[in-house]
Amino acid sequence: MGSPLNAGVQPQEQFKSIEQQHEAATQGMWIFLATEILFFGGIFLAYFIYRRSYSIGFERMSEMLDSFLGTLNTAILLTSSLTMALSVRAVQLEKKGSLILFLVLTLIFGVAFLTIKGFEYSEDFKNKLVLGPSFPFHGLEAVHMEMFLLIYYVMTLIHAVHLLVGICLVSLMVVKTVRSRCLPALYSPIEVIGLYWHFVDVVWLFLYPLLYLAGRPHI
Amino acid sequence: MEKLGFRSIKPWKNSPMISNSSLLALLPTQASTLASDVDLITIALVLLCGAVTFGLMSAIAFFVVRYREGSVVDRSPVRGVELKLEIFWSTVPLLIFICLFVWGAERYLEMHSVPAGASEIYVTAKQWMWKFQHANGTQELGELHVPLGRPIKLVMISQDVIHSFYVPAFRMKQDVLPDRYTYTWFQATKPGKYRLFCTQFCGTEHAAMGGDIIVLPEAEFQQWASIGVSQVSLRGSGDYVKQGQTVFERHGCISCHGSDSVVRAPSLNGLYGSRVFLDNGDSLVADENYIRESVLEPEVKIVKGYENIMPSFRGQISEEEMVSLVEYLKYSKTMSIKSMEKERGGRE
Amino acid sequence: MRSSHDYLNSDVTIRSWLCTRDHKRIALLYLISITLFFFIGGAAAAIIRLNLMTPSGGLVSAETYNRLFTMHGVIMVWFFLIPSIPTVLGNFLVPLMIGAKDLAFPRLNLLSWYIYILGGSFTFAAIVAGGVDTGWTFYTPYSTAFSSSFVLLTAAGVFITGFSSILTGLNFIVTIHRMRAPGLTWFRLPIFIWSMWATSVIMVLATPVLAITLLLMAVERVFKVGIFDPALGGDPLLFQHLFWFYSHPAVYIMILPGMGVVSEIICCFARKRIFGYAFVALSSVAIAVIGFFVWGHHMFVSGQSAYAGVVFSFLSFLVSVPSAIKVFNWTATLYKGNIQLRTPMVYALGFIGLFTVGGLTGLFLAVLAVDVHVHDTYFVIAHFHFIMVGGMVSAYLGGIHFWWPKITGKIYPEKWGIAAALLLFFGFNLTFFPQFILGYLGMPRRYHSYPPEFQIYHVMSTLGSSILGLGYLLPFSYLLWSLRFGKDAGPNDWNASGLEWKTSSPPPPHNFESTPLVTQEAYDYGKSS
Repeated sequence: MGSPLNAGVQPQEQFKSIEQQHEAATQGMWIFLATEILFFGGIFLAYFIYRRSYSIGFERMSEMLDSFLGTLNTAILLTSSLTMALSVRAVQLEKKGSLILFLVLTLIFGVAFLTIKGFEYSEDFKNKLVLGPSFPFHGLEAVHMEMFLLIYYVMTLIHAVHLLVGICLVSLMVVKTVRSRCLPALYSPIEVIGLYWHFVDVVWLFLYPLLYLAGRPHI
Repeated sequence: MEKLGFRSIKPWKNSPMISNSSLLALLPTQASTLASDVDLITIALVLLCGAVTFGLMSAIAFFVVRYREGSVVDRSPVRGVELKLEIFWSTVPLLIFICLFVWGAERYLEMHSVPAGASEIYVTAKQWMWKFQHANGTQELGELHVPLGRPIKLVMISQDVIHSFYVPAFRMKQDVLPDRYTYTWFQATKPGKYRLFCTQFCGTEHAAMGGDIIVLPEAEFQQWASIGVSQVSLRGSGDYVKQGQTVFERHGCISCHGSDSVVRAPSLNGLYGSRVFLDNGDSLVADENYIRESVLEPEVKIVKGYENIMPSFRGQISEEEMVSLVEYLKYSKTMSIKSMEKERGGRE
Repeated sequence: MRSSHDYLNSDVTIRSWLCTRDHKRIALLYLISITLFFFIGGAAAAIIRLNLMTPSGGLVSAETYNRLFTMHGVIMVWFFLIPSIPTVLGNFLVPLMIGAKDLAFPRLNLLSWYIYILGGSFTFAAIVAGGVDTGWTFYTPYSTAFSSSFVLLTAAGVFITGFSSILTGLNFIVTIHRMRAPGLTWFRLPIFIWSMWATSVIMVLATPVLAITLLLMAVERVFKVGIFDPALGGDPLLFQHLFWFYSHPAVYIMILPGMGVVSEIICCFARKRIFGYAFVALSSVAIAVIGFFVWGHHMFVSGQSAYAGVVFSFLSFLVSVPSAIKVFNWTATLYKGNIQLRTPMVYALGFIGLFTVGGLTGLFLAVLAVDVHVHDTYFVIAHFHFIMVGGMVSAYLGGIHFWWPKITGKIYPEKWGIAAALLLFFGFNLTFFPQFILGYLGMPRRYHSYPPEFQIYHVMSTLGSSILGLGYLLPFSYLLWSLRFGKDAGPNDWNASGLEWKTSSPPPPHNFESTPLVTQEAYDYGKSS
């Protein structure tokens, strides 16, 4: 999307046009997302390798996770991607009110996700699903169950950190939108943040079945 | 505590200098069947790379002198030869590389195919020493006596971190891993004493984790084996298979794996080397690692048609007992469980 | 003549330097930091080589020695070699060479430097606290369950610095794609830009894998739950696969920029266009791509399957072809040139010689049967030092000398330059060539003491290293000297081609008075004498 959407906006000093700046920002975000895929890729690889060898332990542990909360969170995050896409559309149509509405909704859904996740962690701790000496299971598959738990915590924590960064960025956009007198200047940042948000959602879409649905015949 | 002939921390201090090959002392002694093959590839590589380096450096030196600033020579550009040259110096190296690759890969695969009838020695690495267990129960610490001219298979495991078993004179090296057997083999061609190094960093005294391989001609080796320099018998039973049988009975394996009841557990008759079919559709050939894993982590591979009910024996069986158990099961081809049960039944 | 308004003197407050967005100033910030780390890593090497003069070691304890070689590796790889050319010469030159005012994301560039400093501080703290002794390779389970040294602190430092690498690479890729001057098509770019692009692709795709690997290693060490520790159900080979998946491409991060620098220098001082431009440019890309598929050649004896070894060996031979192509093309560039043996050229020619030897010895390592014998011995150490030091450091110093007038507006004393370059070449060979022999004879790596028959080669090596050290101290000294006492440089004293030479030395803050328009192919030396 080129000049009609952000015509008249001053580019940063190093760029010769706003289109060039927008293209650079978009390309930069795609490259960053590629690095994130490689980052998550390492732990996905570990998951797949060990799941194959230790399927019984992994499935046993997976069944102990709260799949209701996991599913609820999936629905929330998917909806937040919808509101994020709608905010991109709102800034394209220069509708400030809609833009603020959809950005705030995205924020609310993001925070809701983190809150539910936090609540889920506290439930996990109450059920003693913790690593280290307090791990309640012993014997045959305990080692493998603990390994699954480790992967679960690492994956979901890293995901949560990424989501938190997304929330901060969206909050920043809300503030900027409220203060803005020239909406087209926000087009590029919002689209780029939208890309990031969708990526965080996509990562969850992979995490959810691998962690919560492993070996379950039913939810 | 029996005397084990403990080695001093710096083994090479006490051993005589190893005589190197006469090639300007640049090659270690060739003391195994594969050593000369490896050296041949190396020498070929040295000649090839030397020629290329010399050629390139000469060309550069020549150009730098001839075409130095201000020299009066023909500098008219040569046209039409670029693509041909590029193709030439891409494809010729590639073809040479493929030849080198095949040569090296063939020898490497030989290094990974243990000849039939190789004698087996179990190697245990731990910070910072090497323990060797011969099939007849002899244990050695830090030095290993082997017979000349016979293939020797090493079944190796570590008790802590990753080590690596390296004998330069044999041109052989294999990492030794914790909780998993790795294998290598050699056939010594020259009697003598050869340095053994640990060559995977393993902690503070990594540099001191050395030893010696002592190759003796067959007759001398038999002599040594019967008297031994540092020898210990295991718990009075004298050989691994018998000790393994004791382990097998003491831990109750026979109650499920006795050949009369194959309902609860598969029979172990003729297990080693046979093809095993698992419940997830995979199949494998039973080797030392499969036996070990089945004892320590039985739930990882379930035999088709059986339930996951075997308990784990982790923490209950030492590495030495594991070795003896493996040996026992390997030779259960010749000694079937049925006859053993009859024996016991007879005694009781 | 120094302009009164170049990027160096436009604002001289500390704050203007620490909050700068100017890629040229950021390049200098990096120059100072990596030089500092180079000397720390070099000091470790000096103690190592002194200790190895005698077979029983004894200069330092085994514990200390193990920490020294680890810190030497960690610092040299992650805090010197990987940043060096990209963050100093790349940051300075990429916008200039493509006719841009700055990189695409100048604030991100400054952030990259701060992240590097933060990571460096963690690592420095680890050194001061006592160091780590796992080797720069952090193999498990030693690193997660047995080492009592500062593994977490060091891993944190490396983890953090990785993001500096990623962001720099991201910046370069977007800049090169989006900000070239009008008329500057891809195949008119200087080879240095091609190699920076290829390097950046590797930085961006490989470094995240290191990040997750270090993270998992740290989690295992802290919580004692197995991912890589077999006693806890994990697989130590998984660690090795993940680690080398990054660390092999990392060595191409280290060498590709050097190859780019050498191309620039050879063309300038042979007064000739590079021979086989397209092949040289695309060979960088080929190395970057194929380089992702060869990591298993570090694991031929690790216990991985023999068939995996066969595949990795084949691919490793493939990746050698593009490097060979470069060496042949450089040589052909000299043919019918008009060669000036200035200091940068001496470094560049030294690079070709030493890199060739280093690269060819890589063939020995790619041959499976030979690698079994020389893996984890001094042969490998010699191989990678020939490439990293003989190659990369020569290229780095050559580049620093080549662009020094442009960066600082000053000229260094030429005779000292040539002397230092020759000293480095000679000292380097004496240090590392005997190590090939040592390795084949069986001397293992990471040993603080060794059997007496190896001593002669160690003594030669240590002697060489003192000469090599001098070869580093000299440029450090006379380059600093030139800042105060050197002659002023003109905009293009070398008569080199390339957009960076079309502006003043040093350049103004915004690089060009007006955006250049490119109508020529790269290296239009045919016109000049």
